[in-house]
Amino acid sequence: MSNHEHQDSKHQSAQRNEMSRRQFLSYTLGGTTAFMVGGAVLPMVRFAVDPLLAKGSANELVKVIEESKVTNEPQEVKFTINQVDGWYKSKSEKVAWISKDASGNVFALSPVCKHLGCTVFWNTHGKNEYDCPCHDARYSIDGKNLAVANAPLDEYQVAVQDGYVYLGGIIPNTRA
Amino acid sequence: MFKTIYNWIDERLDITPLWRDVADHEVPEHVNPAHHFSAFVYCFGGLTFFITVIQILSGMFLTMYYVPDIINAYASVDYLQHQIPFGKIVRGMHHFGASLVIVMMFLHTLRVFFTGSYKAPREMNWVVGMLIFFIMLGLGFTGYLLPWDNKAYFATKVGVEIAASVPYIGPYIADFLYGGDIVGAQTLTRFFAIHVFFLPGALIAMLAAHFIMIRRQGISGPL
Repeated sequence: MSNHEHQDSKHQSAQRNEMSRRQFLSYTLGGTTAFMVGGAVLPMVRFAVDPLLAKGSANELVKVIEESKVTNEPQEVKFTINQVDGWYKSKSEKVAWISKDASGNVFALSPVCKHLGCTVFWNTHGKNEYDCPCHDARYSIDGKNLAVANAPLDEYQVAVQDGYVYLGGIIPNTRA
Repeated sequence: MFKTIYNWIDERLDITPLWRDVADHEVPEHVNPAHHFSAFVYCFGGLTFFITVIQILSGMFLTMYYVPDIINAYASVDYLQHQIPFGKIVRGMHHFGASLVIVMMFLHTLRVFFTGSYKAPREMNWVVGMLIFFIMLGLGFTGYLLPWDNKAYFATKVGVEIAASVPYIGPYIADFLYGGDIVGAQTLTRFFAIHVFFLPGALIAMLAAHFIMIRRQGISGPL
């Protein structure tokens, strides 16, 4: 390559200020290399980051309890959803604490503590609060965080139909 | 900007001689296709290495989804190929690349044979090259089982039966490869471990030896 450059400099006139042959070659070689590396690497990267881009599947509504049985006192209800985890399909048991507020609306709280993900229970200390056994986080009956945790308990989507309560996906707390 | 970063590091660690030693050397005229087009036969070794790099990369990405378990192996391969975007391409790279490595390696071996490049002082490099050949065949054999479909199952069964026909030690080899009496759960985990850890480790060591020797001895002269 160096031989060619010597020849070039002889032929070049003083005004010409174009890209040198060596520079042109390194750009084309670099570009081609980048194209080939990109062609090999991009599919693999897209393949790897797919979970980031995948949309969460919409949750079906599951019938959990008769509306007439829901009281002002929260009660624990268990229900199963069909969980799809990649190639693995399974039934997964979910827990909700379900109750009626003063105006008779049914709402359901997720017992997953917003501090570090332990499971909270209603009224373990007899103070009409949700208590977390791990770090003593406490929540009001509406799921409002009173201590330790810095966010209120999540809610389940609720639908009441033909006298039954149906629960869907997790949504941020709308009450606290 | 890259230049500044490079200079900053180079001032402290003097890295230029390191990569110069690897990358910056003359390509003799008789192996340069720009001078004699027929010299393209000297490219097969490099192509083998290039595809090997692709194999290692695509294999690393495949293990993000693959599980070596008799219940889930086929389902996970089916999922990564048909549900994940570019899954066909990533698995395709690994699937077709596997055949291509063997082809390129075979052509490279033929070139070395017919140019007599295996002769003194390069006999050791030929031996190491042969070891790489067998490691590659081992990678092909163990990788073939991993999708856990019918073809994989029976190819492995036939392969192990062939190994079992070795006089005296055959049955022991078969037991070792099966990890039991049948092609089953233990065969799959065993083949996965060999395919993903043992053979690639050996391969990288052998490739290093192959490349160090060729740099030390240089490419053999023209015919």
